[in-house]
Amino acid sequence: MARVVVDVMPKPEILDPQGKAVLGALPRLGFDGVTEVRQGKRFELEIDGDLTEDRLAEVNAMAETLLSNPVIEDYAVRVIQESGQESGQ
Amino acid sequence: MKVGVVTFPGSLDDADARRAVRVAGHEAIALWHGDHDLQGVDAVLLPGGFSYGDYLRCGAIARFAPVMTEVVDAARGGMPVLGICNGFQILCESHLLPGALIRNDHRKFGCLDQTLTIENNTSAWTSSYAIGQQVTIVLKNGEGSFVADDKTLDMLEAEGRVIARYVGNPNGSQRAIAGITNEAGNVVGLMPHPEHAVEALCGPGTDGLGFFTSLGALVSTA
Repeated sequence: MARVVVDVMPKPEILDPQGKAVLGALPRLGFDGVTEVRQGKRFELEIDGDLTEDRLAEVNAMAETLLSNPVIEDYAVRVIQESGQESGQ
Repeated sequence: MKVGVVTFPGSLDDADARRAVRVAGHEAIALWHGDHDLQGVDAVLLPGGFSYGDYLRCGAIARFAPVMTEVVDAARGGMPVLGICNGFQILCESHLLPGALIRNDHRKFGCLDQTLTIENNTSAWTSSYAIGQQVTIVLKNGEGSFVADDKTLDMLEAEGRVIARYVGNPNGSQRAIAGITNEAGNVVGLMPHPEHAVEALCGPGTDGLGFFTSLGALVSTA
């Protein structure tokens, strides 16, 4: 059993109106000094069985096919071990 | 012509789309998202709305609806397919059309009568219009800002695949693009709603009717 995280972010060149809305709200609440906000999505997937290379490749396929739209978004896959320690991918 | 109009969970404009199809003299066939069946239609229309609640991304779940397998195959085989608003988003998510539609740059839902300039009258859905003709139809969207990389935009322009452009730019679309077509000209995506402008009684007039009469024009000359 393993937990895999897929982070999806709008590509840098794509306008992010939601991030801009958050950026606009922060100073109104008294939080100063933030110069940019980009808003993305985080998916946490519970994977049954051992996390083999094939399974990991499948998660990448999921990220590319459904979780993100490669035209406007980038994704990154990383594995969170059962112990809770994060390891890069 | 038999024109199938797909209803997804969350579709809003399927009934208006079927009505517009009938006003243009065609037969409207209701298609269901969960069926692997196009019921022998000659063309398909993906209507506006919020399919599957627009969860994940607009059109991202609808793209994998059972009926879309047949729609994508038929589109690749040359069947005329028109996606309006949410339907345009579904066509982009299906990779039948390039680019994507993101939230309006002004972050508000826009609902207005919008004037467009028709720039391509050789597609399956625009042959009733003249190039340069201005039409006013309804625009209503929250995520209607068309984006693509510069290379794709240049290609669309060079190949004459921008079918309509906004007069002004109501949602931050790149190069004010309101609608595009695929290379073959049978698949068209359009953000504004011609189906809401086919009768004088309601909407801004009848300028939208040409999208639906174009279909017949193409067939009768084919």
